[in-house]
Amino acid sequence: MTSDPLLLLDDVALSFGGVKAIAGLSMQVHPGEVLAVIGPNGAGKTSMLNLVTRVFDASAGRILFKGQDITRLPRASIAHLGIARTFQNIELFEAATVLDNLLLGRHRFGSGAWWQQVLRTPDVTRIEEEHRAKVEEVIEFLDLSPWRGALVAGLPYGVRKVVELGRALASGPELLILDEPASGLNPEETRDLAFWVDDIRSDLGITVVMIEHDMALVSAVADRVICMAGGRMLATGTAAEVQAHPDVIAAYLGT
Amino acid sequence: MRFDYHTRYSQGFALLRHKRDWIGYGLLFAGLLGAPMVLSTWMVGEVTYVFILAIASMGLMMLTGFTGQVSLGHAAFVAIGAYGHAWFMAQGLPFAASMPLAALVAAAAGLLVGIPAIRVHGLYLAMVTLAFAIVVEQVIGLWRGVTGGFMGMMVESPSLLGWSLGAPRVFYYVCLVVAVLVLVALANLLRSGIGRAFVGVRDSEAAAFALGIPVARVKAGAFALSAGVTGLAGALMAHHIGYLTPDAFTLLLSLDLVLMVVIGGLGSLRGAILGAILISMLPKAVAVLKTFLPDALARQFGLEIFVAGFVLAAFVLFEPRGLNGRWLKIRAFFETFPLYRRDMFRRQKAYMKSERNK
Repeated sequence: MTSDPLLLLDDVALSFGGVKAIAGLSMQVHPGEVLAVIGPNGAGKTSMLNLVTRVFDASAGRILFKGQDITRLPRASIAHLGIARTFQNIELFEAATVLDNLLLGRHRFGSGAWWQQVLRTPDVTRIEEEHRAKVEEVIEFLDLSPWRGALVAGLPYGVRKVVELGRALASGPELLILDEPASGLNPEETRDLAFWVDDIRSDLGITVVMIEHDMALVSAVADRVICMAGGRMLATGTAAEVQAHPDVIAAYLGT
Repeated sequence: MRFDYHTRYSQGFALLRHKRDWIGYGLLFAGLLGAPMVLSTWMVGEVTYVFILAIASMGLMMLTGFTGQVSLGHAAFVAIGAYGHAWFMAQGLPFAASMPLAALVAAAAGLLVGIPAIRVHGLYLAMVTLAFAIVVEQVIGLWRGVTGGFMGMMVESPSLLGWSLGAPRVFYYVCLVVAVLVLVALANLLRSGIGRAFVGVRDSEAAAFALGIPVARVKAGAFALSAGVTGLAGALMAHHIGYLTPDAFTLLLSLDLVLMVVIGGLGSLRGAILGAILISMLPKAVAVLKTFLPDALARQFGLEIFVAGFVLAAFVLFEPRGLNGRWLKIRAFFETFPLYRRDMFRRQKAYMKSERNK
């Protein structure tokens, strides 16, 4: 692909004291692709993701999203650019319903001024109805309607994973970052996930970056795979190419 | 169990969704409107006090119940509202202008406390707010020029457009109207973006950040809102007491407010109101109880505090979701009769605890 990258990491580094979590990582995400990031534990995959979503401050390098430097943006402004993420260990709003969780995904689009919300002006009702309509699209897309009014605290693990994906989708992202979306899912749920990721890319036109260990899923949905180890990029290419790369085999087997 | 058939999304977030709700709350409101006609003056005063406490309790509920910020110092905001209101009225401001102004002053004080709250959590936040309450109490005692110090301060009788609102039966309606307005305003807030942001910050800061919620601003804003509402209750309290002294706003009032929201059930406005009713009735119930107890027990000092502590402990043990949780269970029992199961409200254990990147 020759188009401008959607996301560009330019020689990015992250260190905690003496530990170099990420050491000079450069990578690109092209618009419209599904990019899988693999690598052994401690390779810096999630750290890379946390740099992009501004949980951590990069100690060196630049991160560009659609050509805009986001390296030093405040953490809460990332969502407004159109970057959404899920978490490795589900971070849902436990005491709220599935519907409220998804509506929270729409937060970046606003709900009117505070005094309008207090008075519940017709404008606010209209905006809330629009939010609800968008959320219903997500609910339909992910087959969540049986759980719409259920509290998250009472949901099975697999459904929670889907709700989290739904919340990220509700925020209307251009770039969707999934941190181990298939961990803890059974084979059937993983298969559903593969279809959804494919649809998210093809039908919704959202670029997906996915950290994942399940190579079957990665081979099924990823256009491109990056393997990381020790905070660096080891190899990039198709799933088969990366799996056959000698450095990758060495990183996993330790030889 | 009832399943609603909605044809518009707005039906899904209406405040009163069913005909049953309209009838129930309508009857309640009519009963409250008519109550002063039948109740004795003393009882009218007591119910007025419950309204005032319910407003303060709703204020604290917004902070502790919905935003997850502990405060052990809400008596300070009641005091700031009360003294602010009394002082503004003494300067010649009319009742209707002075009250919102006092609420604003309390909200500003809340914002001031809210700023450290952005950095500290849980127990530490409880200590910060506790320290604030103690400081406020001392300042009120020593700032004689404005507050009258420990000697106290008269509160002028309220009036609106030349009508006196001072009589107990009239003031009852003032408090009722303010309580209903506060309730509707907060309920509206909770079912739109700001209320959801509060809950988001409470349940997962990491996710709140990722969804574009400015966590620090939401926390400070929740403090300001909570303090403002509590200050409004304080302004009404000033008229209810009639004569302000610092010892009306001690730590005990703060603890009572915390008891109200915890016993009422965290995360529900209905709980805040039920909690306020229960806690304000408790001393009266103890007084009645005393007549049945043997003399040696009845004369014991601190029986009220003992009973309050006992009730709190019982709730934490047997009904952690408070009065609101009990209410939901009773309602579910009748709605699903005869299919109610005891485990209907039991929370599934979460075996996965996440490590948050704060």
